[in-house]
Amino acid sequence: MLTYIGRRLLYMVPTVILISMVAFVIIQLPPGDYLTALAAQLSQQGQSLDHAQLVTLEHRYGLGQPIYVQYGKWIWAILSHGDFGQSFEWNRPVSALVSQRLPMTIVLGFTTVIFTWIVAFPVGIYSAIRQYSPGDYVATTLTFLGVAVPNFLIALVLMYLGYRFFGLTVGGLFSPDFENAGWNLGKLLDLFSHLWVPVVVLGAAGAAGLVRTLRANLLDELHMPYVVAARARGVPERRLLFRYPLRVALNPFISTIGWVLPTLVSGEIVVAQVLSLPTTGPLLLESLESQDMYLAGSLILIVSVLTVVGTLISDICLAWLDPRVRLRYK
Amino acid sequence: MSVQTTLATESITDSEPAQTAADEVAVARQWRLVWRAFLRHRLAVVGLVVMVIIYLVAIFAEFVAPYSATQFNSDYPYAPPQRIHLIDHSADGTHVGLFVYGYKAKLDPETLKSTFTVDTSNRIPLTLFAHSTQPYRMWGLFNAHLHLIGPKDGHTQVYLLGADHNGRDLLSRLIYGTRISMSVGLIGVGLAFVLGLVLGGVSGYFGGRTDTLIQRVVEFFMSLPTLPLWMGLAAALPSSWGSLRRYFAITIILAIMAWTGLARVTRGRFLSLREEQFVTAARLDGNRSGRVIFRHMLPSFTSYLIASLTLSVPGMILAETSLSFLGLGLQEPVVSWGVLLEDAQNIRVVATAPWLMLPGVAVVIAVLALNFVGDGLRDAADPYKR
Repeated sequence: MLTYIGRRLLYMVPTVILISMVAFVIIQLPPGDYLTALAAQLSQQGQSLDHAQLVTLEHRYGLGQPIYVQYGKWIWAILSHGDFGQSFEWNRPVSALVSQRLPMTIVLGFTTVIFTWIVAFPVGIYSAIRQYSPGDYVATTLTFLGVAVPNFLIALVLMYLGYRFFGLTVGGLFSPDFENAGWNLGKLLDLFSHLWVPVVVLGAAGAAGLVRTLRANLLDELHMPYVVAARARGVPERRLLFRYPLRVALNPFISTIGWVLPTLVSGEIVVAQVLSLPTTGPLLLESLESQDMYLAGSLILIVSVLTVVGTLISDICLAWLDPRVRLRYK
Repeated sequence: MSVQTTLATESITDSEPAQTAADEVAVARQWRLVWRAFLRHRLAVVGLVVMVIIYLVAIFAEFVAPYSATQFNSDYPYAPPQRIHLIDHSADGTHVGLFVYGYKAKLDPETLKSTFTVDTSNRIPLTLFAHSTQPYRMWGLFNAHLHLIGPKDGHTQVYLLGADHNGRDLLSRLIYGTRISMSVGLIGVGLAFVLGLVLGGVSGYFGGRTDTLIQRVVEFFMSLPTLPLWMGLAAALPSSWGSLRRYFAITIILAIMAWTGLARVTRGRFLSLREEQFVTAARLDGNRSGRVIFRHMLPSFTSYLIASLTLSVPGMILAETSLSFLGLGLQEPVVSWGVLLEDAQNIRVVATAPWLMLPGVAVVIAVLALNFVGDGLRDAADPYKR
């Protein structure tokens, strides 16, 4: 097991390095460099950079030096003291901005994954063991829809319905009263009363996909000779199901976090924009629109690395559950 | 059933066209069998019909749309959809024929917003194959006046699906958007297909170290959340680029992320086929790698490939829609479903003009249809499922 984790961690290193390179390239893509943009912005406000500041900044970002030096300085600042650079749109360090938004993103992602499981598990099992029953048809139709409807459209429709029929403004994660309040029980409850909308919207596609996988896997498994043999020996149906086929069919449940997470993060951006959630998504969009590249690049880096870490965790869980996975890497 | 299965495997292994023997044994080419199995899949057939209609609309957009995508009328901002009626019972008797009722516009003196009510006294007759006053250039080749449906009097304006904030006809824009959205899917998948087929094929056929390397790259791409990267790349496109250049750039960006799935499929197929006896036989006969791949291996899974191609088009369409919806993908004056949906981002707009969400319905229909066709093809292409 430890060898497996070690190997998996080693595999992660090149991935993370590659991600950081891609993020850095995105930072560098827009024409002009950070300093020109900053100087332009300051002069707009009637200020100007004095020479000393200019030199410090130039040194800090390694501007004017070869690209790999700039990359090195950027990554070193992040690794050594968590300095992601400065957002000139907000005039604050990127790390401060990100740490403000990131927890909500993680809470949202985590809750959504849990929600997906809770929904997909019973529905998937039901539609497999009652194949071609009315319930199965309903579930299958819903999963087809869940995969086909872009999740921001669900959000839009929900918002419209809430507004049209209940006079509600669905959106945000907190009521205005709690927006700036400190954390207490009231705020927590308020958060949960808002959180379900984005969770349902985001979880729909993932849950639909999971139901389909679970159904397909379980159906394959249920017709295996060993199941027939066990049934012939009089093993009760319930025990028969839970004993082996379900355990085998559950594997993709764990491993799919690997692909649920990337789609979740992608979906989160659009949905958060529609529902105006205080997560990283809208921040990333704003920063890209205003070409606030250090913020944008850092967000892409952080979100991608988090996804990779999430995938790693799911892989480790899978290896823990399934000896075949763990032994393959021996 | 069993006869069919053996026939299917025979026609797979036999790369030469099956000669129709004089004694008329039931001989069917692989494609025939796939088609037959496909027809048994009801939803897939429905999906195919819908898909063909959508692509026809996309191809003949200029003709199908009542107006051009940019024609506007500032008198009718957010005019609601007009229902097509057949029978009218008015004071001067009963009229039969295609028509819609006109609007009565009322300007709110405080908010300066127009509200529209249906005016049953004003009947606007419609006709199929209507002549419009403004000519359009069909495919940019020749001028034409004919529209599939439109008002009899070319000077009046009808909004069958409502209007946007500039009084542009949503139906026409939706139809022009079909062309862009569907072609982004096709071209993008075409690009991804080339990448995926070559890399996946190389990976699966040669195996060993090449395989490991390519698989690492694929895993890298698969572990990334795609949208943030797309956004980053799309945001970096120079704003000075023309709409056509931007269109291709966006398509390429989408394809960069989409090839991995196809590469996986191709590799898997190659890996399993490599061990098949007919491939070994072909190799022992002295065929070079290229010939073994293209003449012997590829034909046995083209139908399978087409299925996975069909299944990856919807992903492309959804991706383009999300990207344009966020304002980072295609941009006006290019009209795609995502660009149209961008108008519907604001809850206040959606509340006054819910029909602006209709492009979303188009997305759902297209994605569903393509998914059904893809699923049907995949099942039909698998000889063991027949």
